Amino acid sequence: MISKAEAKHIWVLAEQKKGKVANVALEAIGLARKLASASSQEVWAVLLGQDVGGLAEGLIQSGADVVLVVEHPKLDTFRDDPYVDVLAHLAENHKPAVFLIGANSAGRSLAPRLATKLRAGLAADCVELSWDAGNLVAVRPMYGGNVLATVTCPEARPQMATLRPKASPRPVLDASRKGRVEKVDLGGLQIRDRVKLLESVETGGGEVKLEEADIIVSGGRGMGGPERFAVVKALADAFKGAMGASRAAVDAGWVPYAHQVGQTGKTVSPKVYIACGISGAIQHLAGMRSSEIIVAINKNPDAPIFKVATFGIAGDLFEVVPLLTEAVKKEMS
Amino acid sequence: MRIVVSIKQVPETTEVKIDQAGGRVDTEGLTRIINPYDTYALEEAIRIKEASGATVAVISAGPEKTNESLREALATGADEAFLLSDQAFEGSDPLAAAHILARGIEKCGPYDLIICGRQAMDGASGQVGPSLAEELGLPMVSFVRKIEELKDGYIRVQRMTDDGYEVLEGPLPMVISVVKEINEPRLASLKGLMKAKRVEIPVWAAGDLGLDASRIGPAGSPTKVTKLAPPPPRSGGEMIPGTADEQVKTLVAKLKAAKIL
Ligand SMILES: Cc1cc2nc3c(=O)[nH]c(=O)nc-3n(C[C@H](O)[C@H](O)[C@H](O)COP(=O)(O)OP(=O)(O)OC[C@H]3O[C@@H](n4cnc5c(N)ncnc54)[C@H](O)[C@@H]3O)c2cc1C
Ligand SMILES: Nc1ncnc2c1ncn2[C@@H]1O[C@H](COP(=O)(O)O)[C@@H](O)[C@H]1O
Repeated sequence: MISKAEAKHIWVLAEQKKGKVANVALEAIGLARKLASASSQEVWAVLLGQDVGGLAEGLIQSGADVVLVVEHPKLDTFRDDPYVDVLAHLAENHKPAVFLIGANSAGRSLAPRLATKLRAGLAADCVELSWDAGNLVAVRPMYGGNVLATVTCPEARPQMATLRPKASPRPVLDASRKGRVEKVDLGGLQIRDRVKLLESVETGGGEVKLEEADIIVSGGRGMGGPERFAVVKALADAFKGAMGASRAAVDAGWVPYAHQVGQTGKTVSPKVYIACGISGAIQHLAGMRSSEIIVAINKNPDAPIFKVATFGIAGDLFEVVPLLTEAVKKEMS
Repeated sequence: MRIVVSIKQVPETTEVKIDQAGGRVDTEGLTRIINPYDTYALEEAIRIKEASGATVAVISAGPEKTNESLREALATGADEAFLLSDQAFEGSDPLAAAHILARGIEKCGPYDLIICGRQAMDGASGQVGPSLAEELGLPMVSFVRKIEELKDGYIRVQRMTDDGYEVLEGPLPMVISVVKEINEPRLASLKGLMKAKRVEIPVWAAGDLGLDASRIGPAGSPTKVTKLAPPPPRSGGEMIPGTADEQVKTLVAKLKAAKIL
């Protein structure tokens, strides 16, 4: 276990995939920069992979003071086993006070295992992180977003948290920032590697990722059928945004599960969320209530979605949405 | 093959009150159900049992009344159930909960596959599955949306990622957590409910599991919850009047003012 007295600096896992750092990792570095300034510590970005050293400069420009680069064939693509072992090894050697990891599918799988191995405390899927009297203060939603819990980790180190995508802005690159890049030699470290990756398939077909989209247009049961989802898709495309759906639409087989927003789907917080033909069930709200602006289009003026909508339009979506799509196209051109 | 399904009992709704004085979420009097995600875990285990023969054990850590959920799981098709229950478990964070469950799973017998839900509907940490794997020294795949192949000592699965899926293979025993896409859970049958009534459910406390007091409850939990609050109210409710044309014009103006367009 890492002692509190020895622990210092704020670490961020600079998760990369195919040579590109995940947006949420950059967001975490930006946030770590603020926490570090508030506590006179450094930001260390930890970069694992194969031939990834070229990414270090961008991490420094994003806010890192130190980049630890570990290159190893077993780290080529994310898999829990080798990542956990290497990160635990690095943490035991350098004793970070804080370790932030993006709350995407890799991070939410990896972080609890790392915390268990280090006997560290972990706050999962946080929407807010701040610094108070030597401690990380994490805010995380529970009960489908109906309760916000403030979590601290007073003794164990590192204080770990996974950060929800888009909870914090992407840092602006600062080309004048200087930092140190350290290549780590793992020596004879034993690295577990039990699960093999056979195939990696991107089903989005180049679409904007739901969790990372600034604008999401979602359709619900009110869409009435799979072909009619084209109306929602057209608006999402006009905004260069992503398409979402309610569970009712997914269960009906109109759109794949990957698009589902809500308690048993994805949690999103875009700048604008446009709900079309969605009633606003509590389980749906759980996935989108933290969006900056919510627009609801529903023909039932008493639909509960209007209670959370920033702007409500009572009307037939098949009339309103195509008009909106045309207007948006005009504005964007 | 023996499969262990880890199920949590949770309140049936997420619309809960915060008991400010007690600094806790008040779930008193709410109907309690099997965590919806765990019903997918249970269903998958039962399907494996039906397809190729397996014993399905369900395990849960929780108060005495968790028994009802375990019986429901038996009535749905599980063969054995185990309850881990002790006052001393109260106030355990996910790390401590995983520690307790790991010792319980070790005690309940040999296992080839451990299936968890992706996350609990109440705490929503999604930590217990991966943490359990680490406690047991087992490999783990999270967010499994399909089991492609399962045989002696071997499993191949599809794991849902942020932009698609991955196909992964590894040795058994293994821990997996499942997402909703994996199946359509069945309900408990009446005949099953009758049968489940007669099944003996062992209840193990900290002492039975040889648990160290420093690893469970608040003492074994590195994280502390210092505050609970409702989400900030949304300043919603502005309805845009007019014909569809007018509504769209107004909305576009609002989005321009907000620098979206
Ligand atoms: C454990 C659990 C987990 C769940 N998880 C999720 C989840 O992750 N995500 C989720 O979304 N749901 C989830 N649900 C389901 C949720 O409770 C609702 O059933 C679901 O969100 C309803 O989807 P909907 O709003 O599309 O359909 P409905 O509630 O049927 O609403 C359809 C709406 O469309 C409107 N409409 C119809 N025609 C038109 C038209 N032409 N123009 C404009 N409006 C029109 C109607 O007025 C109505 O308000 C979950 C439920 C449970 C029990
Ligand atoms: N008290 C518990 N008893 C049994 N299984 C649990 C318990 N808590 C969590 N789990 C399992 O771990 C998964 C993730 O839960 P959580 O980490 O609490 O979000 C659940 O879907 C269950 O499979």
